[in-house]
Amino acid sequence: MSELPDVPNTASEPAKERSAQLLTFFLDQQEYGVDILRVQEIRGWSAPMPIPGAPSYIKGVINIRGDVVPIADLRERLRLPPLEYGATTAVVVLRVRYKNRDRVMGVVVDAMSDVTTVPGHALKPPPTFHDSSESLTKEIATLEDKMITILDVDCVFGDQAA
Amino acid sequence: MTKSLTDIQTELLGTFFEESFEGLQQLESGLLALEQSKSSDPDIINDVFRAAHSIKGGAGSFGLPEVCTLGHAMESMLEDFRSRRTQPTRESLAALLEGVDLLRNALEARKAGSSLPLPGLQTFCERLAALRGASDAQPAPVIAAAKASENLDITFLPLPKILESGNEPVRLLRELARLGHADVTADLSKLPALTEIDPSLCYLSWQIALEGSGVTRAAVEDVFCWVDTDAEVRIVGRNATVTPLDIGPAQATAQSPSPLVQEAKHAAAPAPTGDGRSDTTMGSIRVGVDKIDMLMNMVGELVITQSMLGVMDDESRLDSRRVEQLREGLSLLARNTRSLQESVMRLRSVPISAVFSRFPRLVHDLSQQLGKQVELRVSGQTTEIDKTVVEKLGDPLVHLVRNSMDHGLETPEARVAAGKPPVGVIEIGAYHHGGDVVVEVTDDGRGINREKVIDRARQLGLLGPNEAPPEDAIRDFIFAPGFSTAAAVTDVSGRGVGMDVVRRNIRALGGDVFIETTVGKGTRISMRLPLTLAIIDGQIIRVGQHAYVVPLLSIVESVQVEPKRVNKYQGKRELYRLRDKLIPMVELGQVLGMTSWQRSEDSLMMIVEAENAQIGLLVDELLAQQQVVVKSLETNYDRVPGLSGATILGDGSVAFILDTAAIGRLVRGVSTNGAHAA
Repeated sequence: MSELPDVPNTASEPAKERSAQLLTFFLDQQEYGVDILRVQEIRGWSAPMPIPGAPSYIKGVINIRGDVVPIADLRERLRLPPLEYGATTAVVVLRVRYKNRDRVMGVVVDAMSDVTTVPGHALKPPPTFHDSSESLTKEIATLEDKMITILDVDCVFGDQAA
Repeated sequence: MTKSLTDIQTELLGTFFEESFEGLQQLESGLLALEQSKSSDPDIINDVFRAAHSIKGGAGSFGLPEVCTLGHAMESMLEDFRSRRTQPTRESLAALLEGVDLLRNALEARKAGSSLPLPGLQTFCERLAALRGASDAQPAPVIAAAKASENLDITFLPLPKILESGNEPVRLLRELARLGHADVTADLSKLPALTEIDPSLCYLSWQIALEGSGVTRAAVEDVFCWVDTDAEVRIVGRNATVTPLDIGPAQATAQSPSPLVQEAKHAAAPAPTGDGRSDTTMGSIRVGVDKIDMLMNMVGELVITQSMLGVMDDESRLDSRRVEQLREGLSLLARNTRSLQESVMRLRSVPISAVFSRFPRLVHDLSQQLGKQVELRVSGQTTEIDKTVVEKLGDPLVHLVRNSMDHGLETPEARVAAGKPPVGVIEIGAYHHGGDVVVEVTDDGRGINREKVIDRARQLGLLGPNEAPPEDAIRDFIFAPGFSTAAAVTDVSGRGVGMDVVRRNIRALGGDVFIETTVGKGTRISMRLPLTLAIIDGQIIRVGQHAYVVPLLSIVESVQVEPKRVNKYQGKRELYRLRDKLIPMVELGQVLGMTSWQRSEDSLMMIVEAENAQIGLLVDELLAQQQVVVKSLETNYDRVPGLSGATILGDGSVAFILDTAAIGRLVRGVSTNGAHAA
């Protein structure tokens, strides 16, 4: 797999001409976004093969054109209340970097929303709460009518919030 | 010599390295054969000489002066053997073997792109010269060459065909001129009339009077080292005077400050850079033409089958005749695919001799170091096995052989006292066994003392003071980390690291290690390795709602569970009485983390091998048997204990491949050591 594209820089940098193009989706009525350059594809939900001994938010693995790809439930990962998978449930297949290797993984979301370009001045660093689920939040985009939580896709795997 | 390397040269350099390493191997085995036979078989000497010669020649043309010098020094000694001027002695052969090591180091360093000077080169050359006892041909120590210089008369008589081998006499002359001031006289006497000249032949010969600060016999020999089969070169020293550096001809001092500097430049040049380097380090494989031909045939058949099936597409209606044809075509396709797959797999397999060939040397060196007499017998070198496996097999095997020599074999005195011949025997063998390749190391030494192993295990706390030792105690403990029964830690082995590493490495390859030992008679360690890592024969099973794959090789048999044969052990674990054996039962659903799994009334039990023991896996249903392509779970996820990978079934769903050995360990780890007492 080729190098992952550069993601928009961290929030500490002064926001000038920088803008981020996001793929957004819903989780528990709240809109979330990921860097669109990390998205490989979007699929409907199909039951994965559960992995023995895996953390519960890892739902299992599916076959994507011959690749065995793990699927994570993003609601569960963010400790949101569970929701039955339905017609709008989608799996966003992401390219992530974890343990020094580029990998492909899927995340389950409630529904897809849109592709949004967020200007740099609208990107804010996340507030610090003493809540471990915040570790996934990279930035927050504040637009006129809404707020989008931008997730750091490289952290979806990894230490399960204790 | 070349200053810049084009891509072609980089490629050639890669080939040169490959061939040189092969040549070294040949050189080494020849020298060992000479030493063993204690004779001077001219065939062997010639082989060895040729190997040294082509390495030297290649090194010369690729601008690796150190390798060239070294090769030359060795070649000179071998030349003495060849011309029967001296007989090979133990010392000279040992020195030559050392030279092989130096050459190998030098080549490896150059291959890795380093151009650092080689340590020990000069001392080695001096030693070889001392051993030769000959002062006539100085073995060209690079550094000495810079100081002592002489004036030389050189007669260069190329054979007419010299140009065919790509050697350009003018280039050599130019090279000579770089060493010092050269007066060159061409001999035109053999030149025919213009109409009779064959432009591909060389009719000229030269007389060169060479003088200057950089002129030494060795340096001159180096220049000609690549053409010495295509030309006659006579070098005669002329009233050797030591020319002070500062009054040498200006041209000479300017052009050749000293051979060392020049050669260093050359050495630096061929270090491939950028993409070129990855070319030479990329693994390559030599494939026999017959294998490729077979592959071509398969592809041809595949194309025919495809066109046969393609015709089906022309008409939309499928009547019964067409269905029949279609079915036939599909079965043909299946056959084609399978044979194609087998052929491709065969491409990846290489004879195991690639690993075995290093052992004669290892055993030779160790036997001297340990003062033991050892005869090495090697069998099954032609057994073919996957290249990846071959590459990873080397270290474990070396370890096992070292162990056998150090711990296994006794000293000659002890052997005689035990009524055995003084020469110990170590056998290394490989053979196919079912779908596996078995590699064995056998010695006829003292064997492993079970009591000693158990004592040591108690000392290390692997076994409680009052605990009964398990039946296969040796196996269990020998492979435990940090375990060694050797009384003394020697240079060779006994540090207790090793057997566990051996086992881990072999298991990582999907194989396993077994020990058989008889006190006083010897020990046999066998490693079972899969032929290939990519595709396995699998039995698909159903547990709960999911399908899993069990490698066919690990399955012993499957039985219907009869409740009356199930024995509860310590209230919790269940043992199944099958004929005269008690087999621990494993609820696969539980091991695989299915919380809702319930054992059905008519469960089947699949008895599988789990590291020399057998366990019974309770499964719900046996489905198809088929070949599956192993996909790593680590690519996108992580290692999962109990699983060796995943595969994709015909319907597109993912199925995990069970690692029965790991499941056995998992189960044993979970339980108290109940399974052992059975």
